[in-house]
Amino acid sequence: MITISNLTKKFGSHISLDDVSCEFNKNDSIALMGANGAGKTTLIRSILGYYHPDLGKILIDGSCPIKDRVKVLQNISFVPQLPPPIKLNIQELMQYICMSTDIDKELIEHYSNEMKLDIKSNLYKSFFKLSGGMKQKLLIAISLAKKSSIIIYDEPTANLDPKARDDFYRLLKQNEDEKVLLFVTHRLEEVQELVNRQIYMDLGKIVSDERF
Amino acid sequence: MKNLYLIAYLDLKESIRAKWFLVYSLVFGGLIALFFIAGVTESQVMGFSGLSRLLLMYIQITIVILPIFILITTVRSISGDRDNHILEYMLSFPISLRQYYWGKIIGRFITVYLPVLFAMIIAIIFGFIKGAAIPWSIFFLYTGLLFSLSSAFLGIAFFISSFVKSSEVALGISFFVWIFLLAFIDIALISLMMQQRLNEELIIFISMINPMELFRVAAISLFDPELTVMGPVAFYILDRMSQSMFVLLSIGYPLLIGLAFAYAGFKIFEKKDLV
Repeated sequence: MITISNLTKKFGSHISLDDVSCEFNKNDSIALMGANGAGKTTLIRSILGYYHPDLGKILIDGSCPIKDRVKVLQNISFVPQLPPPIKLNIQELMQYICMSTDIDKELIEHYSNEMKLDIKSNLYKSFFKLSGGMKQKLLIAISLAKKSSIIIYDEPTANLDPKARDDFYRLLKQNEDEKVLLFVTHRLEEVQELVNRQIYMDLGKIVSDERF
Repeated sequence: MKNLYLIAYLDLKESIRAKWFLVYSLVFGGLIALFFIAGVTESQVMGFSGLSRLLLMYIQITIVILPIFILITTVRSISGDRDNHILEYMLSFPISLRQYYWGKIIGRFITVYLPVLFAMIIAIIFGFIKGAAIPWSIFFLYTGLLFSLSSAFLGIAFFISSFVKSSEVALGISFFVWIFLLAFIDIALISLMMQQRLNEELIIFISMINPMELFRVAAISLFDPELTVMGPVAFYILDRMSQSMFVLLSIGYPLLIGLAFAYAGFKIFEKKDLV
């Protein structure tokens, strides 16, 4: 599904990804780990088509995420580490997402309810005014409602309380079939039950890739 | 197309709720109110009186404050979203960069142009109620001039926004562009002329490629078709083109500048790393 071949990305003289090659296939559930500055976020952003590689390429189902971004992103859900301070209210944000991605609004509401987020009473509240946990729950609900074949989570549980984390893992378990799940995490124990592959990065390189 | 309109619509809604929009609208609406309260319509300067005088004053103030307002409120639209990771999330949905960029421009254009236009419409309505003669030709000329001036600076702002990484730098560049163009309305040109370092034709050419200067001259031209208030420069301009040609140039040229800068900004946005 995702093929990364000899990918190199530099920022000035700093090499953030150094000749990285790997493949992520259906039913792979990966914990992407490494110290700060190891290149995890750069790798994710390259998969999402945000960075132009200096060398190498990424193909997602045979398509380039930069040239065919609309087609590629139709099948990717992404939740960032820190929810961005979006000024749109929830109704507008849902309108943006539903119209651009053809997601059913009811499905977002369904997953929000599953995450114990009362979306209806907050519809006209600006997204950035919600609490950290509420924002994260909404982004998770959107990612699940999108029904993508690739789901990328960058430290998704950082703002969640233990109960919300359990809800999140339960929903993921129900939705993981036939998908690529990619978790960027510093705490393997949190996603250990969900993952079947562990990749460790350091200084822009993949230093270990274990399946279990 | 639906995504383009969606982005424009959402940007418009977001901007209208923002505090800067309130201040922006109050400044232009307040100017008109202030002119009426101060009795500008009853005064007469250089033969201009009534609503014509009010609109002339409005346009002279607008020429200074509109560009900087547009620059500082717009220049952060993309660089600010990039700064605080909004772009990272919003662009993770299947929206083409073309739709996102041009949708933002359309939304922002409506936001910056409407308050300026509404302020003039309010002036016309108040003038009508007070029984003043409505100078329609001036109103339509100013509508066109403000449209093209707004386009020029919106295009420049999006151009800056597309390549700058932080919104602080974007603001700094905006101030520089504004001061630079403002200086080349009079101060820098007069000093160049006095030092006689450049020939006059070149100095007039430099001033005429400045959209702010072109806007100013065109704004005067309906009141003073011979451009006598401008002195010898008027001979130079009117020798080379008719007054109607000059008005068309003053509307068309800034519009083209705006489109050219906006397009260059889009190309950079498309080719550069997004976050």
